[in-house]
Amino acid sequence: MSSYTWAPGFIDDGDRPQIVTSRFQYEDGHTLERYLATGGYAGLKAALARTPVQVHDEVKAATVLGRGGAGFPAGTKWGLTPVEVWPRYLVVNGDESEPGTYKDRLLMERDPHQLIEGCLIACYAAGLSQCFLYIRGEMALAQERVATALNDAYAAGYIGRNILGSKFSVDVVLHWGAGAYVVGEETALIESLEGNRGMPRLKPPFFPAAIGLYGKPTIVNNVETLANLPWLLTHSAAEYTAIGTATSPGTRMVAVSGHVKRPGVFEIVNGTTTFRDLLYGAEFCQGIRDGNELKAFVPGGGSAPWFLPDQLDLPFEAKLVGAAGSMLGSGAVMVMDETTDIPTAAHTLTRFYAHESCGKCVPCREGGTWLERIMERLADGRGTESDLAQLLEIGQTICPGPFPHAASERLGLEAAPFPFKMTTICFVGPSAYTSVHSAITLFRSEFEAKLIKRKLIPVSVGATDDGH
Amino acid sequence: MSRLNDANEVLAKEIIGRYPKARSATIPLLHVAQQQNGYITNEAIAHIAELVGATSAEVLGTCTFYEMFKMQPVGKYLINICTTMSCALLGAEQLVQHAEQHLGIKAGGTTPDGLFTLERAECQAACTEAPCLQANYRYRYRVTPAQLDQFLDDLADGRLDAEIPPHGVVARVRQSIPVDRGVGAVAPDEVHEAPAWMSLGEKS
Repeated sequence: MSSYTWAPGFIDDGDRPQIVTSRFQYEDGHTLERYLATGGYAGLKAALARTPVQVHDEVKAATVLGRGGAGFPAGTKWGLTPVEVWPRYLVVNGDESEPGTYKDRLLMERDPHQLIEGCLIACYAAGLSQCFLYIRGEMALAQERVATALNDAYAAGYIGRNILGSKFSVDVVLHWGAGAYVVGEETALIESLEGNRGMPRLKPPFFPAAIGLYGKPTIVNNVETLANLPWLLTHSAAEYTAIGTATSPGTRMVAVSGHVKRPGVFEIVNGTTTFRDLLYGAEFCQGIRDGNELKAFVPGGGSAPWFLPDQLDLPFEAKLVGAAGSMLGSGAVMVMDETTDIPTAAHTLTRFYAHESCGKCVPCREGGTWLERIMERLADGRGTESDLAQLLEIGQTICPGPFPHAASERLGLEAAPFPFKMTTICFVGPSAYTSVHSAITLFRSEFEAKLIKRKLIPVSVGATDDGH
Repeated sequence: MSRLNDANEVLAKEIIGRYPKARSATIPLLHVAQQQNGYITNEAIAHIAELVGATSAEVLGTCTFYEMFKMQPVGKYLINICTTMSCALLGAEQLVQHAEQHLGIKAGGTTPDGLFTLERAECQAACTEAPCLQANYRYRYRVTPAQLDQFLDDLADGRLDAEIPPHGVVARVRQSIPVDRGVGAVAPDEVHEAPAWMSLGEKS
């Protein structure tokens, strides 16, 4: 087997462990019948047979890294709620919209019960008394699939009052957005869930785990993160950490798009799979299209600094990728071959972030727009030499100091590692600058080749203002 | 009548009842209004404000923040062609131009017959299936110009009515929490104790 018409893009060639995608092979994998026939809700039963503390400890021991972008371990996050402050809420981040990212939508469309079961396990372990499952507004099918799954699970006694006859009672409420990238940021997500414009809240000092939804302790977890929990509870932390590496255990879903022969969504082994495996491996993307050369790739979603062929042998390991000048982010690799016009490609990303700025922080709201306008004219061949300096200067107002970038043998350039400083509350502002900085740092000559070649207008001494 | 109709007011109250605070239902209710009228009217804004206990200005503020809410009528079919990076790398811009030619409008415009509105859209989470588009939030993947022509003709001739509802309808299945199964939402300030199950195992 390899790909399935009902799971567009998903490919499961090869003999890799499947923690979250095991039901994608079934056309009816989204139904309660198939879910129960393939071990569904056994993780919930295993959890209910233990105390909440024991379940929490198991998740902590497994080091389930957050799959939304920041990579913070879920078990640790659950433990950050203040002692004896109630109620506590779970908010599920299904607002997938980072450029290049395509995995949470598949998990919601193809296996909604797995996600719901993960939510229930999290609520049980961390004492979360209500769960809000926030799905991106534009994902009509995901909303329908999750709604159906919730209705079926309520009817079957898996959600609601006294679940499976236990003392555990929780509601899972389907909530849906209306189109705003910034709402993927957890505090903006909470604002949106409170009925407001989706603008991030200032943090620190207070993170959502302390002061979140309605001012109460709130855990915000990504869809894929929670989808790992049913498997973890029917297996064990030891079996989970046996996959991958010590710092990056388990698997993760990665979407590879752009100029590869076979773009796809893969569940890969965390920490050991390299970018070369992904881009060139027979069970993955099988090389660059038309036999072309690889020019550059974005390793972790539109917000991630770009990599060059020099970085192909790096594995999917956050620390190594961070030291090399980028981040793994949301598991989205975008590939550019030798035919790519770099200024134009970079402009599409700058435009995205400028468009998606919520307007709260000035450096992002104004700076992002300036970056976009200048990038547009550079891409169109209307830019001037001073534009390049101007871009970097605007970037400094959003991210003062050194900005991460990859090493390049061709340019004799050493890597500048993560992290960076920022003058904005969230990462939308810096993300508008990321592609600008990467493109200019790694491909400056392409910008220079597109500059306007304008003759200087001679100014004669003594000329009057009106030209006579 | 562009306030919520009676049936939708009942639905609105059911949705509000799921949240610890009514205002959380603002965005879902704006979707209900858009489903009813095809776009968001000022009367609907005022009605939602009454229902969730906010001012009209607050609901309008929320409404205008989000891309999907339209304050003016749009076409029966909203065609969103993704133009972010993965799609741009594989010909999204040419696809937009092709759609503009086919429909005789510029992106952002609506055809005179009110059938189509065309938009350049940002990433739709289908990046491996580039270039992609959504028609009323239903996907088409790896779209060629010829397929786009056929698709637009099929929509215009009503051949896809079963799959693609008119603009305003997003999900056709709604959550419905059975009264005898639901825990029920409690105002956040009325909860002071740990949920019952957290004491499990403490006594042993």
